[in-house]
This record gives sequence, C-alpha cells and structure tokens, in this order.
Amino acid sequence: MEIFAPLLQYLISGLTSGAIYALIGLGFGIIYNSTTIINFAQGEMVMLGAMSAISIYHLVPSLPVAFVGGVAAVALVGLVLERLALRPVRDPSPLTLIIITVGAAVLIKGVAMLLWGKEAYPLPPFSGNVPFHLGEATILPQNLWVLGLTVVLVAALEAFFRLTLVGKAMRACSYNPRAARLVGIAAGRMVQLSFGVSAALGAGAGILIAPLTLGVYDMGTMLGLKGFSAAIIGGLGSLLGGVLGGLILGVAEALASGLISSGYRDAVAFLLLLIVLFVRPQGVVGGRR
Amino acid sequence: MKLRRCLNRWVLFAATVLMLAAWLDNAYYYTLLNFIGIHTLLVVGLNLLMGYGGQISLGHAAFFGLGAYTSGILTATCGVNPWLALLAGLILSGGAAFLIGIPALKLRGYYLAMATLGFGIIVYIILNEARALTGGPSGLSGIPSLALAGWPLNTPRRLYLLIWMTVGGILALSANLVNSRTGRAIRALHDSEEAAESLGVDTARMKLKIFIWSALYASLAGSFYAHTLNFIAPASFGFMFSIKLVTMVVLGGMASIWGSLLGAAVLTVLPELLTVFHDFEVVIFGAILMVVMIFLPRGLVRGIMDLWEFRHFKREGGSFV
Repeated sequence: MEIFAPLLQYLISGLTSGAIYALIGLGFGIIYNSTTIINFAQGEMVMLGAMSAISIYHLVPSLPVAFVGGVAAVALVGLVLERLALRPVRDPSPLTLIIITVGAAVLIKGVAMLLWGKEAYPLPPFSGNVPFHLGEATILPQNLWVLGLTVVLVAALEAFFRLTLVGKAMRACSYNPRAARLVGIAAGRMVQLSFGVSAALGAGAGILIAPLTLGVYDMGTMLGLKGFSAAIIGGLGSLLGGVLGGLILGVAEALASGLISSGYRDAVAFLLLLIVLFVRPQGVVGGRR
Repeated sequence: MKLRRCLNRWVLFAATVLMLAAWLDNAYYYTLLNFIGIHTLLVVGLNLLMGYGGQISLGHAAFFGLGAYTSGILTATCGVNPWLALLAGLILSGGAAFLIGIPALKLRGYYLAMATLGFGIIVYIILNEARALTGGPSGLSGIPSLALAGWPLNTPRRLYLLIWMTVGGILALSANLVNSRTGRAIRALHDSEEAAESLGVDTARMKLKIFIWSALYASLAGSFYAHTLNFIAPASFGFMFSIKLVTMVVLGGMASIWGSLLGAAVLTVLPELLTVFHDFEVVIFGAILMVVMIFLPRGLVRGIMDLWEFRHFKREGGSFV
C-alpha cells in the first residue's frame, strides 16, 4: 500500500506539467496545420509569456491584468515574427524554415537575457498557497488552476475552430490553401493569425506554470522541446492527440524522476520521443500520412 | 581552366598552413588556429549533411562529445593508446549515427531535426549524470596529449601541423566525395527526393551514408579536442554548441566545402577579437541565422558575390531580358 501514496503524488505533478506540454504542443500543431512549418521559437513564446506577465505584475499588481497583458504582448510577437522572418523567405524548404525559426528562438532568448538578466523571478500563485490533501498526496491550488484553465483553453480552441467563421477559414486553409483562396479566404492572413493564436497559447502556458517554477530567460527551450515532443507523441496537428501526448509525457516524466532519478527526467522525455518517432511516427492518435 | 583554379586553391591552402607554421611563434595564435581547425572538421561534416544532403542535425555536438569522451575516458581512466581510443570513438559515434539514422532518415522534413535534437539532449544529460564514468558537470581532467612515433604533440605548435594536415585531408576527401557518384546522388536528392528515386538512387541509404560520415568527422574533431585541451566538460557539448555549428555552416554557405573553413574561422575568431561578443553571443548567432537564411540563403561570401556581380552586370548596361 505504501507504494501507492507517492504514485498519486507523481500522477498529480505529472498531469500538471503534462497539461502545460499539451498547451505548448497545441501551439506547434496550429502552425503546422496552416503552414506545415515547425516553429522552433514556440518555446520562447512560453518564456516571453511568463516573463512579461511577471513584469506587468510588478507595474500593476493584478493577476488578471498580468495574464491578459502577457498573452496579448506575446501574441503580437508571434504576428511580428511571421511578418518579418517567415513571409519574406524566398525558398521555403523545411531546412531553411528550421534554421530561421531556430535562429528566432536563439535571438529571442538572447534578447530576454539582456532585458531580464539571468535571475529567476516569482509570480504569485493565482489563489494562495495553502495545499490540501488527497489521501497521502498534496495538491497546490495552482495545480488545479493549471488543469482547469487547460481544459477551458482547449475547449475554447475547439469552439473557435469549429464554430467561428475565422476558425473555419483557418481550417479550410490547412486542408487546402489553394481551394481556400478560391473561395475568397485570405490565406496569408490566416497563416499570420495561426502564429498569433499559437503564440498566445504558449504565453498562457508560460503564465500558468510560472508560479510553480519561477520565470527565467532560458525556461523556454526545454518547455518548447517537450511541447513539441507532446505534439509528436500524440500526432502532429491533432487536438485530442496533442492533449493526450502532453499528459502521457508529463506522467511518464514524473514517474521516471520519482522512481529512477530526477537527473534523468529530461532524458526519459526525449527517449519517449525517439521511441515514438521510430515506432509510430504518426503519433498515438494520428492516422497514416 | 576549372581544374587549374581548383588546384590553385589547394596549393594556396598548403602554402598558407606551412607558412604560418614557419613564421608564427606565439602559442596563443596556434591555439586559436587549432580551434579553427577542429571547428572546420565539424562544420565540413555538418555541411555535407545540410548543404548537400538537405537534412539537418540539431544535435551534432553529441557526436563531438562522444568522440571527446571516448578518447578522454579510455586514455585518462583506462590508459589505452590515444590512437586506439580515437578509433573507438569513431566506431561508437558511427554506430550511434547508424542507429538513429535508419529510422529517422526514412521520415522526411522535421523528423531528423527532432530525432537528432532529442539524441543531443540525451547524450548531454548522460555526460552530466554518469558521474562515475564522465566526472559529471565538473568534467574529466588528466587526458594525455597525442604522440606521433614517440614524439609528444604537447604544445599548440606541434599539434597545429597534425590538426591542419588532417583538415587538409578531410577537405580533400569531402571535395572528392561531393564530386563522386555518391556525391551526385546526394545532390540529386537535395533538389528532389522523388526525382532522385525515380533515377534509381537509394535515397534512404545515401542519406544514412552522409549522416554517418558527418558523425565520424565530428567524433574525430572531438578526440582532437580532448587531447588538445587535456580537459573536457559537458558544457562544451550542449545544445548551444550544436546551434553554433549550424550557424557556422549557414554563414560559410551551404554546399560549399571552402565556405565551411570560412564559417568556422570567422565564428571562432570573432568572439576572441570582440569581448563584447561574449555578452551578445546568443543574440548574434540568432541574428546571423535569420538574416543570412532570409536574405543570403547561399551564405555570406556567395551572397555578397552575387550582389556584387549583379551590380557589376547592371553597370555594364546588362539586362536580364
């Protein structure tokens, strides 16, 4: 019976980080669907979200303002990135686009280091720090905020793509850009919008996790890679798959760090990615491409 | 005409290497030149993969690290002959590249980038965590210097000739590879995999071959690096170093053997010349990657040459119509 108590704790922390990976992974999927680009700068949007929310909170100590302000600022960065770095590319081969987005990631990280320095900054939890207990396991209110807001964001995203005209237009572009253009959809604008939406999603993930992990200029790289792993594990471009992939990754990682060694936590995450890439590259949910 | 120009380059290269060996008498310059040489080995290999194969490795520092640590551990801890250790590093790196390459190269586009990235991070974590073997984050020291026929290569100047003769050999080998049947097949698959396949090129095998070659070059560079510094730590083999290598390839020009030498030289010397460079290093690498790929996708030298030729052409009243 003793073995189950820590397991529940691992499960809770795994689901929390898994929800974050899922949100980041969905950002990758949205851009991939509309452009078949993998935006390697997605992780830096997560970092920018956390850091700008922390900065805004210092000016106006109100969490809702910080959340909305951070998300809006980063969405703008996403739009600008698409306009300045990706639209002017003359030869959009995957190799070129990988290099450009990797370059953007490195650049954003470097600028963040110059702006905020190398220290880690705290963001207060959304509703206090009083833990409550579930059997042997401890749950922080912030864990519930992460899980709850992830559900809300995913539902909102699904509703946006299914119900709104803009969302439907974006889906049309991802199925067939030329046909979408023929029926009068501004495909270029939809591509730009997908960068904005996914940057906003990443920023949201960053602000949710900041109270648990602190905000540092270099937090984005690892979170971005894990989010991408989540997207691949679930099946790139699939909403359900992305969520599932994130949760699988988060739980696997938490179990590994609890049962094996916390030093190998990140190695387990990428080992899982390599196994999925090699055995089932279309992901757990995705169909054959 | 083309042959003569080609030959002239090699003569110029050999003459420069020998002249520097005769004239320079400052250990610092030799150390710097040795690092340029080691980086060139890495960049030529990566350039074969990126420029000619159209694939990308975002974890090339891992192969560099495997070479360095195999040499380091076998010589410092086990007392194996450095040349045998170097060979063991090559076998290990080549084997790892083979295992990763088989599944990843069958997939297109982003998958090799992601697989190599994951591999790079796993190797980096193992180097940090397997303390008993690698010495952990504080590194592995006491690596002996190389020796050639009983003559210890323990000063930067003595190493210089070995490293640059190797660089010359690798450059020649790569130029030869690029112009061989394999090389033509590889370039064909860069332009269009379907077209290459329809002409009977076994694309998966070609990509695997070039991926293994580039891993072997990196491992060789890693072994030299370990014996040059006599000390290695995981920090030299992280994600940022992989990015630095990609930046060198991009700056020197993809699909350019000599460009690799230039890219490695510029990005090794610049941080030494400008101390400011260190604070802004990350920003500068990012900016180089983006600006070069957006505006000069053929690399710095060729891009500027193209611009110059274009202006020249217009001044002489030429027109493209």
